[in-house]
Amino acid sequence: MLEPVSLPASRRDFLKSLGGGVLVLFAEGAGEAQESGHGGHRREREPLPQDIAAWLHIAPDGRITAFTGKVEVGQNIRTSLTQAVADELRCAPGSVKLIMGDTALTPWDMGTFGSRSTPTMAPVMRKMAGTAREALVREALQKWGVARDKVDVADECVVNRKSGARIPFGEIAARIDWTKTVGREDCVTVPDKWTVGGTSVPKLNARELVTGHHKYPSDQTRPAMLYGKVLRPPSFGAKLTSVDTSAAARMPGVTVVHDGDFVGVAARDEHLAQKAVESIQAQWQKAPQISSKELFAYIKSKKEGAAQGNSAEGSAKALRSTYTIAYIAHTPLEPRAALAEWSGGKLTVWTGTQRPFGVRTELASAFGLPENQVHVLMPDMGSAYGGKHSGECAVEAARIAKAAGKPVKLIWTREEEFTWAYLRPAGIIEVASAVSPDGKLTSWDFHNYMSGPSGLESPYECAQNNVQFHEVDSPLREGSYRGLAATANHFARESHIEELAVASGMDSLAFRLKNLKNERVRAVLQAAADRFEWSKKKSTPKRGYGLACGMEKGGYVACCAEVSITRNRQVHVEHVVEAWDCGAIVNPEHLKNQVEGAIVMGLGGALFEAIEFADGRILNDRLSKYRVPRFSDIPKIETVLIDRKDVPSAGAGETPIVCIAPAIANAICSATGKRIRSMPVLPSFQA
Amino acid sequence: MELRVNGVRKHVEVDPERPLLWVLRNELDLTGAKYGCGEGQCGACTVLIEGVAQRSCITPAGSVAGKEITTIEGLADGERLHPLQESFIQADAMQCGYCTPGMILSSVALLRRNAAPSESEIKQALEGNICRCGTYNRIVAAVQKTANKMSAEAKAGRRA
Repeated sequence: MLEPVSLPASRRDFLKSLGGGVLVLFAEGAGEAQESGHGGHRREREPLPQDIAAWLHIAPDGRITAFTGKVEVGQNIRTSLTQAVADELRCAPGSVKLIMGDTALTPWDMGTFGSRSTPTMAPVMRKMAGTAREALVREALQKWGVARDKVDVADECVVNRKSGARIPFGEIAARIDWTKTVGREDCVTVPDKWTVGGTSVPKLNARELVTGHHKYPSDQTRPAMLYGKVLRPPSFGAKLTSVDTSAAARMPGVTVVHDGDFVGVAARDEHLAQKAVESIQAQWQKAPQISSKELFAYIKSKKEGAAQGNSAEGSAKALRSTYTIAYIAHTPLEPRAALAEWSGGKLTVWTGTQRPFGVRTELASAFGLPENQVHVLMPDMGSAYGGKHSGECAVEAARIAKAAGKPVKLIWTREEEFTWAYLRPAGIIEVASAVSPDGKLTSWDFHNYMSGPSGLESPYECAQNNVQFHEVDSPLREGSYRGLAATANHFARESHIEELAVASGMDSLAFRLKNLKNERVRAVLQAAADRFEWSKKKSTPKRGYGLACGMEKGGYVACCAEVSITRNRQVHVEHVVEAWDCGAIVNPEHLKNQVEGAIVMGLGGALFEAIEFADGRILNDRLSKYRVPRFSDIPKIETVLIDRKDVPSAGAGETPIVCIAPAIANAICSATGKRIRSMPVLPSFQA
Repeated sequence: MELRVNGVRKHVEVDPERPLLWVLRNELDLTGAKYGCGEGQCGACTVLIEGVAQRSCITPAGSVAGKEITTIEGLADGERLHPLQESFIQADAMQCGYCTPGMILSSVALLRRNAAPSESEIKQALEGNICRCGTYNRIVAAVQKTANKMSAEAKAGRRA
């Protein structure tokens, strides 16, 4: 056993602690320190190991451990990837321990984003575990001298059907050289034959969560640990001109770090660290910054080209509209956190990130270390939603820890998270379109400026179809977000399609079905409309009904929304039906939970979330100023899940978010006649 | 000062103005109470003070000296989970789980003062707790189910 105070295990020690098996170490060249300076791009396409030893370990006592570089942020892949392994090994999910996002123990991974875990990682886990199963079976067949169809695999044993004899996995595993056993596709179980996959296995570590025993990144501790704090500039782009840290340095038990524009402190508790950083006198030179009021004028001034519209000849109606999208913040409930510890020139960091290997590269680069001297661990964290790709908190904690000579924990405050993390990009979308007299889309010219290209492609059939994304430098730091720009593009597209339906005098559903060819989009749209009883809904000034549909990242989604509107223009979403198809369903209950969560999160961005900024500062940098959905905002939510066992599973963490905003905007317009072309819709609707 | 946490007396040498949240987390290693906003807006730091839900991030430790403090770590009876903890698991009323301790403790306090809350009473009582993963409806279902179960058990107990 390892001592509790020792640093987390290397792969060698970890596998030793499990016992038996061949020790497999990931090759990491000494030349990496140099190469890591390239921002990690070299590693973006690192080939995954093909041998089972890298992914799976079966100890002599039968303990099964699987390894993945993916991380758990609430999307329940700890459970679903474990299901994949258990399914292939024909065992209970509880018998498999999954090690995630530990750069010393798991194969390299690009990161947990883009809804890639289910379509790319689950097949790898299945391939490795399925091949392992067949390798174990082969050993048993040799011993018994029987054919494959005479044995079963059950209860972590190979079972001789005729004699009833059983050989436990643990007994056989040590005889196999797993480093030379390469994963084979033909060992993978097809969805039709899944027994663990496709079932609602409960969240594996739920008990740890409800008892408060799970240690999130911000909960990690180390012996003699200090608490860090960073001096922040008063505004974006401000440069430190002078600083006096003497008062802080005089405080007993405080270490001050000053290196260029970076000033931080470490102290024996967070209270003292706060006092120390407040005592620092700093002068900053500010740089001019644009404000949120000027944002759309800024984007317009920077953008090149415009939606021209194609030839509208023979069309009954031509339309031209502009939509705007605000910056919003991910607001993960757990802000960025990191605990860094230096020992003998090696750096160990526990941190909340979607890219532990990317953060390892950042740390290696920041401190001029070879990557094999940096160990990043990512305990299951308090969510991310695309907002935790980066490792700035880890680098800061490591800088302070290096100076202090002791482990340092740094937890960003909510204000820091709002200000110094990154945002979902804002943008402008211009659409010019035309329809024929009988309601067929004849022209579609769609231009997204700055917000992003995801979900740009239209599912509607149109002879003259032009969609483009135009990059514009973002005045604020921007990055990934759940679904990226697919929400913005769906908002504009589905709002505009609704405008065309109205212009054509057609029902929303009928107009869409007339112009949609994609069978999967049609199927979800019909399924949502049926469950919602769309044909029976008639909007009134106080109650509106709207729908929207779309596709992205292999997922197909349609959403119907019912809103109530008061005389003073308060909007409440009363009822949402969303139909969702992501291929073969891995875990129905968790999938339903994801779809519901995406609707709730999307509702915030649809109605009221917007970052306000001026003079290089975020003005609503607190939860008392930045409104996120709460209990009173939540509608009745129904989900219709379409299980396509004939289609490989796509990810479901993102795309279910894309349709709620246009469905709400369409419902409001249907009730009031007021077309809101900005997201969030409430500020314009109530103006 | 002396803090009574989960039935145990703990002596801590801290500034009485220091928020209870950080004393629990950093002095007593009770990390079940979470930091989410530091201004009593999100409910992740909720603990019970004499059975009443309170935001520990804006509660000076000195103000609760000698009072009974319950954190999420003290809710289960040994290995036996509190009925709300069971219901949260059964309803899959969490994703990342970071808000869960605060949600459960706020619900414990609610059921203590209102054994049979309506849906709107539950939502009202929990309005100060944020779940960014959006499992709100599942949380309401878990609380309702617990209330029904506890009142059924209480009735059975009265009959017995």
